[in-house]
Amino acid sequence: MSYDISHLDELESEAIHVFREVAAELEKPVLLFSGGKDSIVLLRLAEKAFRPGRFPFPVMHVDTGHNFPEVIEFRDRRIAELGERLIVASVQDAIDRGRVVEQTGPRASRNRLQTVPLLDALAEHGFDAAFGGARRDEERARAKERIFSFRDDFGGWDPKNQRPELWNVYNGRIHRGENVRVFPISNWTELDVWQYIDREGLELPPIYFAHEREVFRRDGMLYATASFIELLPDEVPFVETVRYRTVGDMSCTGAVTSRARTLQEVVAEIAATRVTERGETRADDRATEAAMEDRKKEGYF
Amino acid sequence: MPGPASNGNVEALAHGAASTGLLRLATAGSVDDGKSTLIGRLLYDSKALFEDQLAQVAEASRRRHGDTGVVDLALLTDGLRAEREQGITIDVAYRYFATPKRTFIIADTPGHVRYTRNMVTGASTADLAIVLIDARNGVVQQSRRHAFISSLLRIPHLVVCVNKMDLVDHDEAVFNAIVEEFASFASKLEITDITFIPISALNGDNVVDRSTNMDWYGGPPLLYHLEHVHIASDRNLIDPRFPVQWVVRPGDAQGERHDYRGYAGQVAGGVLRKGDDVVVLPSGATSRIAGIDTFDGELAEAFPPMSVTLRLEDDLDISRGDLIARPHNHPIVSRELDSIVCWMNDAPLQSGGRYVLKHTTKSVRAVADQLLHRIDVDTLHRDEHAQTLELNEIGRLRLRTSQPLAYDAYRRNRATGGFILIDEATNETLAAGMLLDPDEPVSAVEMETTAGAPRSANVRWEPTKLTREARFDALGHGGATVWLTGLPSSGKSTVAGALEQRLVEAAIPAYRLDGDNLRHGLNGNLGFSATDRAENVRRTAQAARLLADSGVIAIVSLVSPYAADRQMARAIHDEAGLDFVEVFVDTPPEECERRDTKGLYAKARAGEIAGFTGVDDPYERPEAPDLVVAPDDPDPVAAVLAALEARGVRTSSEDE
Ligand SMILES: Nc1nc2c(ncn2[C@@H]2O[C@H](COP(=O)(O)OP(=O)(O)O)[C@@H](O)[C@H]2O)c(=O)[nH]1
Repeated sequence: MSYDISHLDELESEAIHVFREVAAELEKPVLLFSGGKDSIVLLRLAEKAFRPGRFPFPVMHVDTGHNFPEVIEFRDRRIAELGERLIVASVQDAIDRGRVVEQTGPRASRNRLQTVPLLDALAEHGFDAAFGGARRDEERARAKERIFSFRDDFGGWDPKNQRPELWNVYNGRIHRGENVRVFPISNWTELDVWQYIDREGLELPPIYFAHEREVFRRDGMLYATASFIELLPDEVPFVETVRYRTVGDMSCTGAVTSRARTLQEVVAEIAATRVTERGETRADDRATEAAMEDRKKEGYF
Repeated sequence: MPGPASNGNVEALAHGAASTGLLRLATAGSVDDGKSTLIGRLLYDSKALFEDQLAQVAEASRRRHGDTGVVDLALLTDGLRAEREQGITIDVAYRYFATPKRTFIIADTPGHVRYTRNMVTGASTADLAIVLIDARNGVVQQSRRHAFISSLLRIPHLVVCVNKMDLVDHDEAVFNAIVEEFASFASKLEITDITFIPISALNGDNVVDRSTNMDWYGGPPLLYHLEHVHIASDRNLIDPRFPVQWVVRPGDAQGERHDYRGYAGQVAGGVLRKGDDVVVLPSGATSRIAGIDTFDGELAEAFPPMSVTLRLEDDLDISRGDLIARPHNHPIVSRELDSIVCWMNDAPLQSGGRYVLKHTTKSVRAVADQLLHRIDVDTLHRDEHAQTLELNEIGRLRLRTSQPLAYDAYRRNRATGGFILIDEATNETLAAGMLLDPDEPVSAVEMETTAGAPRSANVRWEPTKLTREARFDALGHGGATVWLTGLPSSGKSTVAGALEQRLVEAAIPAYRLDGDNLRHGLNGNLGFSATDRAENVRRTAQAARLLADSGVIAIVSLVSPYAADRQMARAIHDEAGLDFVEVFVDTPPEECERRDTKGLYAKARAGEIAGFTGVDDPYERPEAPDLVVAPDDPDPVAAVLAALEARGVRTSSEDE
């Protein structure tokens, strides 16, 4: 008998351990679900951690109102299959209630507006822990973030004042009003996620696979056209076969041209790719060298 | 829609072969040793870098160094803005790369003493540590510190990369000198596996590919070593340990699941099998494993670090924080903890302070009972007068917990031997602790205060039915200990030898415990520091006590220069109700040095040995010995015999 363990099994076991620690130590956790592949993996890990019991927390989606319809459809179906509870926090509501002000113009994005409804919803429901699907390989600021990441009363992250994390012994103690973001797949890479999706046979929203779509080119990236996106004068829509590497708000998530229609083809493309998923497809991270760090300090995911 | 699952296909596509597992490594180095360059090189050469990351680095390099066209790989790995501005790494940053053989997680930690806590954090989960040494500077204080922390956190494998070999003409002699110096330091630490590799991170020599500039080096390049080092055996597969993390009780589930009750957790040690007898600690309740469940079905066995759910045959009251082990292999259960801690917070350790202690899945209250010493991470010197531990300081701490803890020594199992201390008010993590065996050798100062007391709180003395009186009566004589102390060459051994001879000839069993002889066996692992001398005395005194208890006259000849140690030896006998005769062989120092029976004074004077009693280490004269023997005594043996007789210890069997 060999007691070797594959790297995916080890990462999976670590993530399950994190889920159970949070469920045991925090009073009211919630799982943040974006409809993207990382949060789809989180749902599977939660099943592994708690079945045959139910999840000891609900699932929450921050809906910008500008999400891909395919993703919303997928979200509702998946959560229903799981028999778990879904909460939707809406950016549109926050705009309507005057909590945030909608940007205008062709470059308007609701991505950054997610922070306020997210914090509002956490406060409203009294959630003290929120699971997220962020990975440390995504971006340089994430590389130093803990698995248990503490947020002050305003949801802010202080990179200079993080709790040391030793072995697998996590300190989940917080004061009332504070909360903690927990990233069970911190140590996974993009490729690990794809391998896991394949291994587990997880279904993904169809936008992850090559499909025809009307797009336009901006700053070297391809964006989907939508009623709420204003085009600049020189931007001309055209139809292209594309797929998405990440799922975010339509206004800031770029597509890549691709013929990969199956999981195997997608992974083969990714294994060969030379650009990070955020660099390739997320306009929000490009703004400044320290863009992500700034948004995290404000309380972004 | 994705096609049906195709287990393994994607893996094969991604890597060209099946992955053999995960290796977690920690790196440490002084500023400018080339740590960032090395990591950048590993990521770059293993193709873990993407073009946009490279473009970012090229851009940053241009800003930092001007239009030289050089890409500074070091800029890849420092994450946060403040650090970018200061140009140093100040927290643990995690990096990822994979090869067809393995997946790697690098915990990249800063090397400065101010960041000891970050190094400890990075080291806590590492399978392997890379210590970087600049070939031009050789072994510096930081290299020693990194080695010490690696050994303290028990990282099983250490790789010393001697970097910048290009700047020393790839000279083998430079490399060998560093290897020798480092190895001699490392021999004082508990490091099981050290590998030395000469590299140039900048040029990539011996990082991924074998260097053609250093043909004299016969070993593999770094990456090859990382891919092949054997880590499976580092896990504890011997002692079954399962900390209960979460109780799975579906309750509202229908059908056969409605009375399901499972104990979920991550296996912390050993191999658990269906049908195994188990004990639940601390309650001591026993049962048997009815099944090992996972989402993917039942397993026949589970081992670290698998997360599984156990079902037991009996309905027991088990909750989070309990530990499942085997009846014949269970951990220490105690409220008294002895540990090495690394302090990680600005607020220093409070003696007598109350903290929350989290160990595996259990949190208890703990009181910081006693700080035994502080360890200087650079010199390994122990300061027994330390009153507190400040941020980044390491020391030995006794704690008492509100409830018993089931634990193993950290050296035996990192998962069941590590803990953290948390501030009850601020909720901050204050310290990382590594538990010691209850009978771990202690320092001299500590022994003075606890001499004779059984320190192994959970171990009971096993009484025998046979009383000492009955034993001594049957033998016709009793045992005792004669303890001869004095300077080297004072004549202790001569007196001891003559005494032993006289007694044995009189048919009284006597046995000599000679300091030098014991150092060949029982005390072979001890040196001559104050701590080791104290331990030397403790072990010798315990051995003498056992002999005396069995009816033998134990004759100890041991320099035993410190009063506190001799006091401890006496206390051990007093406690056991056995006679102890302290004999001071009072030969003047000049006379001892003139005799110099083993030529050691000469060596000490010549500086060849350090810490020699009477030369550069003190001998504390006994203030109230039971007997003083001087060189002009006509018959010292008779005087000792008389002292024994006066205590009722028979020294001859003539009158039988
Ligand atoms: N000649 C030479 N220079 C090196 C080597 N490795 C690193 N350096 C240089 O040493 C300096 C410090 O390296 P860096 O990686 O930033 O060190 P860190 O502080 O340990 O991360 C940089 O200028 C590197 O280019 C090497 O193998 N040979």
